[in-house]
This record gives sequence, structure tokens and C-alpha cells, in this order.
Amino acid sequence: MTCLIMLASGIHFVLLVSRQGKVRLTKWYSPYAQKERSKVIRELSGVILNRGPKLCNFVEWRGYKVVYKRYASLYFCMCIDQEDNELEVLEIIHHYVEILDRYFGSVCELDLIFNFHKAYYILDELLIAGELQESSKKTVARIISAQDQLVEVAKEEASSISNIIAQATK
Amino acid sequence: MNPFSSGTRLSDMIRAIRASKTAAEERAVVRKECAAIRASINENDQDYRHRDLAKLMFIHMLGYPTHFGQMECLKLIASPGFPEKRIGYLGLMLLLDERQEVLMLVTNSLKQDLNHTNQYIVGLALCALGNICSAEMARDLAPEVERLLQFRDPNIRKKAALCAIRIIRKVPDLSENFINPGAALLKEKHHGVLITGVHLCTEICNVSSEALEYFRKKCTEGLVKTLRDIANSPYSPEYDVAGIMDPFLHIRLLRLLRVLGQGDADASDCMNDILAQVASKTESNKNAGNAILYECVQTIMSIEENGGLRVLAINILGKFLSNRDNNIRYVALNMLMRALTVDSQAVQRHRATILECVKDSDASIQKRALELIYLLVNENNVKPLAKELIEYLEVSEQDFKGDLAAKICSIVEKFAPEKIWYIDQMLKVLSEAGTYVKEDVWHALIVVITNAPHLHGYTVRALYRALHTSCEQETLVRVAIWCIGEYADLLVNNSGMLDLEDPITVTESDAVDVIEIAIKHHTSDVTTKAMALIALLKISSRFPSCSERVKSIIGQNKGSFVLELQQRSMEFSSVIQKHQNIRSTLLERMPVLDEATFSGRRAGSLPPSVSNSGKSSLSIPNGVAKAAAAPLVDLLDLSSDDTPASTSSGDNFLQDLLGVDITQPSARPGMQPSQAGADILLDLLSIGTPSPVQNGSTNGDLLSMQDSNDPIASMDTIASTSPTAPSSMMDLLDGFSPTPPKNEDKGPAYPSIVAFESSSLKIEFNFTKQPGNPQTTDIVANFTNLSPNVYTDFLFQAAVPKFLQLHLDPASSNSLPANGSIKQTMRVTNSQQGKKPIVMRMRVGYKINGKDVLEEGQINNFPRGL
Repeated sequence: MTCLIMLASGIHFVLLVSRQGKVRLTKWYSPYAQKERSKVIRELSGVILNRGPKLCNFVEWRGYKVVYKRYASLYFCMCIDQEDNELEVLEIIHHYVEILDRYFGSVCELDLIFNFHKAYYILDELLIAGELQESSKKTVARIISAQDQLVEVAKEEASSISNIIAQATK
Repeated sequence: MNPFSSGTRLSDMIRAIRASKTAAEERAVVRKECAAIRASINENDQDYRHRDLAKLMFIHMLGYPTHFGQMECLKLIASPGFPEKRIGYLGLMLLLDERQEVLMLVTNSLKQDLNHTNQYIVGLALCALGNICSAEMARDLAPEVERLLQFRDPNIRKKAALCAIRIIRKVPDLSENFINPGAALLKEKHHGVLITGVHLCTEICNVSSEALEYFRKKCTEGLVKTLRDIANSPYSPEYDVAGIMDPFLHIRLLRLLRVLGQGDADASDCMNDILAQVASKTESNKNAGNAILYECVQTIMSIEENGGLRVLAINILGKFLSNRDNNIRYVALNMLMRALTVDSQAVQRHRATILECVKDSDASIQKRALELIYLLVNENNVKPLAKELIEYLEVSEQDFKGDLAAKICSIVEKFAPEKIWYIDQMLKVLSEAGTYVKEDVWHALIVVITNAPHLHGYTVRALYRALHTSCEQETLVRVAIWCIGEYADLLVNNSGMLDLEDPITVTESDAVDVIEIAIKHHTSDVTTKAMALIALLKISSRFPSCSERVKSIIGQNKGSFVLELQQRSMEFSSVIQKHQNIRSTLLERMPVLDEATFSGRRAGSLPPSVSNSGKSSLSIPNGVAKAAAAPLVDLLDLSSDDTPASTSSGDNFLQDLLGVDITQPSARPGMQPSQAGADILLDLLSIGTPSPVQNGSTNGDLLSMQDSNDPIASMDTIASTSPTAPSSMMDLLDGFSPTPPKNEDKGPAYPSIVAFESSSLKIEFNFTKQPGNPQTTDIVANFTNLSPNVYTDFLFQAAVPKFLQLHLDPASSNSLPANGSIKQTMRVTNSQQGKKPIVMRMRVGYKINGKDVLEEGQINNFPRGL
């Protein structure tokens, strides 16, 4: 067994921070202890929120690179290795934002606050182990809606069962 | 039902948290919610479990502790319904990380769900496994994942492929199991499966060379075809990004081709055409296109040489570099760095543009460009580049100055064509960014200065001038103080003036002024102040007229709270006041610092990149070796007469042996006065000396004693030859200690010392004293080669002051094998034994691969009483 090329190990974590520095979503693909996570978030949001508007979308940080892009009031950040393709990660971020936009219908920060779990579900259909799993927005949308459907059905069943029980015990 | 848990819905809680105006208010809301959730957990309330977990996740994101909810995730995962499992797995991934033991408990549920009939539940389990799998889980669940790579629904296959990647990263040995199913995925049409399949194969190739060979043979052509199909496929809205068909798939394919092509000419050949097509046809006006081009350039640079393609790739980077988009310029710099190893000439052509990037307003670009420029510097362009960088140092942002200064120092050290240029550039850097310069850098500067005697005057005057404009730069102040202390006389009398210098008039008191300013300056730290004290002391000896003033400045630190300063102040004051007679000898100019020793030491303690530059500072051409020898001798009081006390070897050792005998009687009278206190034992022992000396007149006996090196054996010879001596000794000693024989044993036992140690050579001394002859010490020197090279023509030389006599035997060999050692015996006779310790100046010469190496040092750590 030999290691031939130093291959990048994908995205280490995904971070969504608001302009005010509030965390809206965090996803860790590499092991970071809970304590370290909050330190990372604090450190990075300090660096990224303070960067000027016209600068490049990459920040070198602790030997890694953080690719970030601002959409309205939200900063989408992904941390990758030195060898990774930064431009591609920018595309992945945009891909994610477009899927969110389709799902929520012109997404805004409030959508992501009140439906944060939905934002996570969508991310899980896009990335696993820090690697991209789907390049088709349509496919992601279809899988998400199929699963939402399953939840709706389960809810209806539950309410009808409780109705039956309620009627039976009247 | 629990009165709390029925209360708030998730959105109500979020609203309440958002409505809080202060952090305290927010904490109160969270505390109340957490209490309710805990209560609900304790009641094992199933109806609201998933709502509670959702709330906990939100609370977790705000940064509050939520560990008490971890078990709830497991319960939800174990429940039968999809909605519960969905939120349960989400909680698992969010609230736990792979190092937590709780995770062990979930393996079984995962296994069941991976075999579930509902494909969405299988999907949930795969997703969780892919994101948080540990090595143990990887081993347990790999067979399930392997099976799912053939699942009927493509959405499960792609998830399983990514899970397999995670498993291989955790346990590389498991990669074997995925080679065949991975290769099967490469034939898929579904983009998601293809993307993940290609990625899985790349990852497998990365950990297993057999697999790499397999994929190279079986799959290269197929992959080239797939890439061609994708690149030539017509518009398809589902995968279109800015007019380009699925850039993600493009990139993954290019990456796998890179792995397959690297180091294999046939495979590289096979992909040449498609790479040329991608490199020339891809639209470069949008980010997606540039992402593909960037990946394509990397692949071209990594696979086996094809001249035409390389030119194409370098041209793309050139275009990137002149792009107005900062992102594109950033990746161009990044890529040029990697291209440097392939074609440094092509990269050199872009030097001017890269230099402009160092001055960019974007810190990320600056940093990249600086790293790149650093690699582009060579002997030919160091002068203009260093000039540009130093000019920029003056106007750069504070945050950037540290990096920039470090890089400038490094290139200046590494490529300086002559010493004066090096010193000039270093002074510029110190004046602009002295606060950012590291210790070893200004130490190196001082070493170089001491080694350039003809520049001493020039340097001290330049530093004096610089001090007036940049007195805030700590390291500049230190170097200046040190040089003024050493070369104050050259500063004042303008000696050694170079043609290019403007003359300046500095009086003796001006010199004291600048040091006084430095010592009182608020920014000066302890090191600077301590250095200033020494400089003042040295000046007091150079300029006796300033002595009184210096004394008062030094005296002001007598009350310093810092022990170091206080002590220096006290001791220096007494040197000035009470020890006029020794002051001038004590405060002579420092001997030339040994560049080899310094750079060796530096290389040992620093990372390789810097040590490179440290070593190369050696290469600054100058008559170093000659200059070094003379002042060194001054240190010892040998120079008073020109013949060194003894540096003999081999041939004339007999004479020397006799010489020892001859001089001894004359030396002995010198011992007589010191018959007090502690010396008494030694003197008592010296009573015994005449007898061995008498023996010694026959050379044979002396040599045999030396050879045996055994104190007991030599004791015997003494005892047998002069039986009276030991007994009289014992009588005398009776009053002191009850067991005199032990004392005698201890007499000859001295701890061995490490006399010299550099990065390449270590010299140890072992001592034996001949009983009855306390003045004479036999030393066995042990030379150890610390390097992997063989040293030939090894020669050890030593010099001692007049009161010592030295005899050297030939070494056991004149070549030192790598990491091996040789021995050499010598004998030192100390006529002032008990009063003066042994000191020795030594020089070692040898050749490595025919190249001469000279190491020198002074040994003054001899055990007391030798």
C-alpha cells in the first residue's frame, strides 16, 4: 500500500453565518470536538465578516482554505484542503443556494431560521462525507419532496388514528 | 401530560428567542425550554420527542450545551416511523461527533436500517454513516455498504459510494472490497452515481497501488470516452451550469484521469486529446468553466510530459493571472506554485505580474503571491526583487509586515552575492519592520558582521544613523547596541571608511548618548536593556573619558526589579570601580563568531525550509577562516610568546614525555605556598609524586601505566616502588577521615565531559589521574561522527596556556566512519594544579567527500581540580 498523491479529503465543514455573526447552520464532516467547533466558528466568522466586498472568496486559515460566498445577509462557508479546487467549491455553494431557493421559493434568512431542519435535509441530499453526491437540482428536489410526502402521510395517519381512538372512547 | 412539553411549538420557541433583547433574556428563554425538554425526557414522552429534539438542535446551534438530548436521538432512530428516524438521524449528526461513545450504541440500528425495505430509510442510514462513521463502525458495516452499491435505485447507489469513501478513509485496508463494485459504477449513466463512483475509484487508487494498476488497465479508455461524451453533449437543462454540461462531473473525471496518468506514459498518452479539447474549448467567462480549466491544468501538469499540452496549460494560467476576477488570480498563483517544479522558466516569465500581486489589496492574494515570489528568487534576480519587496515593506499593511519581513530576510540570506549588500538589506528590513524580525535572523546578522572585519566600521556607522530614524524597532536597536559596544572606536574615529560612505562626526559622548536613550526607552525590553548594559561597560573601557558617565548610567539600574538587570548593574559597576587593572583585558572585542557552529545549531533547531537559508549564509564568500584564527588566540593568554605551549603529535612524543619530567621539578616550588585548607589533601598527595616521576625516567614504565589506564593497577606500581609514600600519607590523613583508602580511590575519578559538540561532531573527554602525580591528567578523547558522511584526514589539534603542558598521542585512526567514533589519548600537566583549571583551545580538521571542514572551539568545562 502506498500513498501516491496527496488527495484532498473533501469538505471539512459547512458553516452558515449571518452578517451579525449568528450561526444558521453547521455541518462537520471531519471530527472536531464540540469545544473546538465553537472556537472555529468564532475565529472564522471574525475573519470572514470583516473582509471587504471586492476581495476574493478564499481565506487561508490554519493550513486550510475556507471558500465563502455571501448571499444577501448570509455567508455560506466551506472549509477545504490546500489542494482542493476552490472554484468548484464556489459552484457547490451556489448549487446548494439554488436548491434552497427552489424549495422555499426565493429563500431568505428567516426561512432558514424557522425551517433550519429542512436546510439540513437538503444539504444531506447534496453532500455526504464532505463530497458531492448529486449535480442535478431536480433530482435533489424530487427526493426531498418524496420524503416530505412520507412525513405528511405519517402525520395524517397519526391524526386519523387518534380521531378513531377519540371517537371510540367517547 | 407534562404541562411544559405541551406548551411551545418549535416556531414559538424560535420566535421567543429572537424576540429577546439581551443575551440574559435569551439565556432565560433557553433555560426554560431546556427545563421543559428535560422534564419531557424524564417522562419518556413519545408524542413530543421529535419536537423536543428539533428544539434542542436549534439551541445547540446557539452554542448552549445539549448533551442530555443525545439518548433521545437514539430512541428516535430506533422507532419504526420515517419522520421519527429522519429527525433522529439529523440530531445524531448534529449533536454528536464520531468520538463519542454513545455512537457505539447506534451501530445496530444503522445495520437494521441499511437493510430496511423503505429505500428512504436506507438513505437516511447511509447518510448518517457517511457523515459520522468511525473506524469500528466502518469495519462492522462495510459489507452492508458493499451490497448497497448494487441497489436498484440509483439514489441509494450514489449514497453507498460516498459511504464507501468514508469507510476507506477510516480503514484503508477495506478498499479491496470496493474495487469491483467501484469499477462497475464507472459505466453508469446516472450523473449522481457516476460522480460518486468516479470519486470512489479515485479514493481507492489513492490507498492501493494494486487497485491503481487495475483501474489504469481496465478503465482509462472508458473514462476518456465518458469525459468526451460529457464535453460534447448537447444542452441539457438538468445539468447545465452557465452553459456548461455538469462541471462537477467534468472535474471528478479529470481528477481520476490525473491519478491514472501520473507516472504512466501509456495512460497519459491515451488522455492527451481529450485534455487538449477540454483545455481549449471550455468557456472561460464563467466560474464553472474556469473551475474545469483549473482542474484540467492540474491534470496536465501531473501526468507524463507532453510539451504541447504543457504550453497550453501555462498559457491558461497566464490568462488567469491577468484576469480581473480576484478568485481567478488567486487560483492562478496557487497553480503557478505547483507548476514551478514542472517548468520554472515559464513561471519566471510572469514574475512582474506576480510581484504586482504581492501589492494587491487582498490579503489572500498577497500571501499566495509572496510565497510564489519567494520560490522564484535566485542568484540572478535577488537584487531587483529584494529591492522591490523592501520598498513595498515601507508601505505595506501592519498585518502583512511580519510575513513579508521574514521572507525578505530569508531570500537576502540565501542569495546575497556579497556581505556588504546583505548587511545593507538587513539594516533596511530592521529599520522598517524590526519588530517583526525573529531572534535567529538578527543573531545571524551579528554573526555575519563579526566575520566581515573590513565592514565593521561601515556597519557600526550605518547602524548609528539608522538608530536615529527608527529607534522604535526593537531588533534594530539590539543589533546597533551590540555593534556600538564592540566597535565604538571605529564609530568615533571613522576608521575603515568605505568610498561610498558619507563621513559623520560622532563624539565619544554621542555614542554613549544613543545607548542611554535605548536603555531608557519605554519600548526596550529586558534583553535590549541587558545588551545595552554590556555595551556601556565595553564603551567604558574603550573611552576612559566617558567612564564616569557610564558608571552613573549603569548605576541607575542597581534598583531594577528585574534580577538580570540588577545583577549586571551591580557587577559592572564594581568592574568599573574596583577592577581597573583587568578591565581592558576583560572587555576586549568579542572573538569572531563561528558561522559554521551557528548555522549548524540553527539548522538543528529549525524547520527545513529555514535551515536551508541558514546553511547557505555560510556560502557568503569572504576570507572568513583567516580572520577567524587570529582573534581567537587572543582570548587565551598564549599570544604573549609566539610558540604555542604544545601542539605535538606522534613523532616527538618521547621528547615531550621527557619534557614533562624536566619541567615538573621547576613547577613544584610554585605549589609550596598553597598549603592551606582545601588544598591540603592535594598537597599531601603531591608528596607521593617524586617516586612515580623517578620511575618515569624510564620511558617504558610510564607508557605501560598509560596503556593500562587502570588506577588500581597504577596504584600497585606506586605501592611497590615506594612503599613509604602511601603509609606516610595515611598517617597524615588519619586526622581527616577514618577510611583513607577510599579517599585515594576517589582522587582519580573525575566525571567525563562533552568537550565539544556541533551538529556533525561530538568530542567527549574521559579523565584518569595518575595517583601520586596530581598535576598530570590522562585524557582519552572520544570523537563521534554524528553525520552520515565519512570523515577522512581527521586531525585534532589543541593548544593550552603556558602553565599547562600538553602531549598528544596519535589517534586510533585518521578516518571517522559515518556515526562511528575514534579515540585519541593525551596527557596534560598542570603546573598550577589546584589554582588554575585546565583550559584548552581546540581545532578539528577533516574532509567530507574531499571538502575541507574546520571546527574550532574552546573547552573550559574541565572538572575542577584537574
